[in-house]
Amino acid sequence: MVEPVLDVKGLEKSFGALKATNGASLDLRPGEIHALIGPNGAGKSTLINQISGALAPDAGSIRFLGTDITMLDTARRARMGLARTFQISSLAQEFSALRNVMLAVQARQGTSLRFFRPVASDVSLTEPAMRMLSRVGLADRANVPAAALSHGERRQLEIAVALAMEPKAFLLDEPMAGMGPEGSKALTGFLDGLRREAPILLVEHDMDAVFALADRVSVLVYGRIIATGSVSEIRNDPEVRRAYLGEPA
Amino acid sequence: MSLALLIEQFLNGLQLGVMLFLIAAGLTLIFGVMGLINLAHGSLYMVGAFACATVAAATGSFWLGLVASLAAAAAAGALMEVAIIRRLYARDHLDQVLATFALILIFSEGTRWLFGSFPLYLDIPPLLQGAVALPGGGQYPLYRLAIIGVGVIVAIGLYLLIGRTRLGMRIRAGESDREMIAALGIDIRSLYTIVFAFGAALAGLAGALVGALQSVQVGMGEPALILAFVVIVIGGIGSIKGALIGAILVGLVDTMGRFLLPKALALMMPATQAGPVGAALASMLIYIVMALILAFRPSGLFSART
Amino acid sequence: MGARETTVNVLLVLLLPAVALTALFIGEAFYITLATRIAILALAAVGLNIALGLGGLVSFGHAAFFGLGGYVAGVLATHAFNMEPVAFGLPGTTAMPAIWLVAILLCGLVALPIGLVSLRTSGVYFIMITLAFAQMIYYFAISWPAYGGEDGLSLSMRNGFPGLNTAKPFPYFVVVFVLLLAGLLLFHRLRASRFGAALEAARQNPARLAAIGISPFAIRLVAFVLSAMITGLAGALFADLNRFVSPSMLSWHMSGELIVLIILGGKNRLFGPLAGAALYVLFEYALGGLTERWQLFLGLVLLAVVFFARGGLIGLLAGRPRHG
Repeated sequence: MVEPVLDVKGLEKSFGALKATNGASLDLRPGEIHALIGPNGAGKSTLINQISGALAPDAGSIRFLGTDITMLDTARRARMGLARTFQISSLAQEFSALRNVMLAVQARQGTSLRFFRPVASDVSLTEPAMRMLSRVGLADRANVPAAALSHGERRQLEIAVALAMEPKAFLLDEPMAGMGPEGSKALTGFLDGLRREAPILLVEHDMDAVFALADRVSVLVYGRIIATGSVSEIRNDPEVRRAYLGEPA
Repeated sequence: MSLALLIEQFLNGLQLGVMLFLIAAGLTLIFGVMGLINLAHGSLYMVGAFACATVAAATGSFWLGLVASLAAAAAAGALMEVAIIRRLYARDHLDQVLATFALILIFSEGTRWLFGSFPLYLDIPPLLQGAVALPGGGQYPLYRLAIIGVGVIVAIGLYLLIGRTRLGMRIRAGESDREMIAALGIDIRSLYTIVFAFGAALAGLAGALVGALQSVQVGMGEPALILAFVVIVIGGIGSIKGALIGAILVGLVDTMGRFLLPKALALMMPATQAGPVGAALASMLIYIVMALILAFRPSGLFSART
Repeated sequence: MGARETTVNVLLVLLLPAVALTALFIGEAFYITLATRIAILALAAVGLNIALGLGGLVSFGHAAFFGLGGYVAGVLATHAFNMEPVAFGLPGTTAMPAIWLVAILLCGLVALPIGLVSLRTSGVYFIMITLAFAQMIYYFAISWPAYGGEDGLSLSMRNGFPGLNTAKPFPYFVVVFVLLLAGLLLFHRLRASRFGAALEAARQNPARLAAIGISPFAIRLVAFVLSAMITGLAGALFADLNRFVSPSMLSWHMSGELIVLIILGGKNRLFGPLAGAALYVLFEYALGGLTERWQLFLGLVLLAVVFFARGGLIGLLAGRPRHG
């Protein structure tokens, strides 16, 4: 068996009496899209936050590219190639779309401690950043401040920022949220191709997208993964149907 | 070094801690409930001291002065809140710092305008003059002991007020959920004014009590304010319990440090050097303690908000 | 930058030399000193503006660095005058370039541990902790008797710069003004650089900055140290201007004033500190002549700026800032 890119084992996280993550385990294999679904309040955000490094788990381990990253901070994980997108808020609201992506390029290059050369005329930043914007279809909006972009455009910008990190794995947190049918369809096509560059852990509510894209699906309920399998296995799993799809057993 | 001297210094530290608690309690309450950093809290302390000194001088009664200090500081606080402060709740901390810094300038110069630049003096009331015998053979001023007593009473009172009364319940609700208390139909604007005036009255009380120990003058509020900041940073901003423990800690560390450090250094170096070095180190001690505590607990010992 | 802001900036830069030159020709040395004072305070605020404007770090303790810079000038000059070594057999000096270098390095060294502790916190904690650290240095200066304690330290004469007679007001103004221009240029380049981009992003969204692989803590720490160094240099210049340094340069009031300079001029504007310093010193001079209570009016103006003119003077003159 191929070694997984990302391997999460037995994560636990409590907030007071609430057990938000209760022994969750999942892995992400090369070339796949692994969808994480679950009802509201299942603890998807808490789990993603632990994987990205925003929250420290109480117990369990996270391995990435064969290294234990459980104790590393967010920035270290990102530099290793773990790219996370967010549901809300852009990287830098006051910056243009282009400068947002340039920032990710410079982060990838590890050159943030350069003090004198102006970034605006620096083709080693602008050129790759423009390329990423073109890939997500935002090239003509490059100079618009992130705060002035439409909701859908900000989702595209999120993807462009993640692409610029040239990651080894993507953590996409509800990339379809709030997108119209047209946008969702276009993004679904885009993500379909993206898995060849790096595997994707996809948290998504849009079931059409999940069923169209996912190689495997994991279902999170009350902080626990109750099932993992192919789309058809999950669709036919009685426990999932009971707990999540709301059907009588 | 006699036991009596040690006990005396310990009591001095406790008394300083109690004063700091009176100032810090209001500061931390205002931050906890309204999310506001109020640099002008020291001005309210000054208002209390001036009110007490003026009324005591006019009437000959320290006790009337004390009542006046509470009333004047509460009134000044309420006025400040209604005119300026309530416009700052939604602003960022930088705006709050600037506006309340401006208030300090206005209060300080305004007070100088009214009272001139010469300090006022306030006598200890006859009832509390005199001293109490200490074990080990020393004497300790009754007035300072009374201040410690006031601090204990206020601490218990605050505990009961916040834990057991309707107002306290509203304050706790305000800390955790503004929208909920608005939904409960509680008039949040007047609640904020009451909390602010209450914090101001505590600061005014502290100013009046200290006024009888040192001179009453413009600028007296700032050193007290900064120590109170250290207290609430150590204790955890928003926590009354943290303010109490932080205040006692700062009072004791500062006082005992100034007393013991030069003596300790004298064991290691010539006395002529030990004095100044000890004094210089002692003046930095509470800040060093603060830095150490924050290095391990960046949001203080009893943080209400993380 | 918009065209109007550029015009305002050019006028601001020309203002100081124009005042100084005019004063030189009409023989009113006082106005040269006034212009020098504006330039030094502006430089101190340019330093603070790196942390506060670009990084959003409300340091309420920058007087620590301003005062330390001042004490470097005073202490080195005193030792040179008495021909006593400062420490480890190293001599004092009255050469400004050496003093500046020591002031910059010392402030950087002191800012590093302060930043390491303070930057672990944020918001109100950061404000209060920077304030507390500055107070620590303030009380140290007051209780340490070797350099005047509470009374401060006088310089018997202004320190020297090779080839210039710095004792005269105008040459000293030129020295200070050139350093101010260098500070402004540095700020301008910094803001446009990769570091500046990361720092501004750390202000806008630190969690997201970490998620792309840049540690906000590291970026802020570097910014805090750089900021302290520039403010420290200004402090050394200020001590030489007044030929006097005292704990008041380290006081929390001074920290507040430095913030006020930036806000009066316009936060996160290249020339905000210069506009603010000019306004502040003119205000102090004009009102201070009329009434001893000018700080009362300063307080009122400050309230007005907070509530009605958040862009400061440059905001009023040049409109909203542009971002690229």
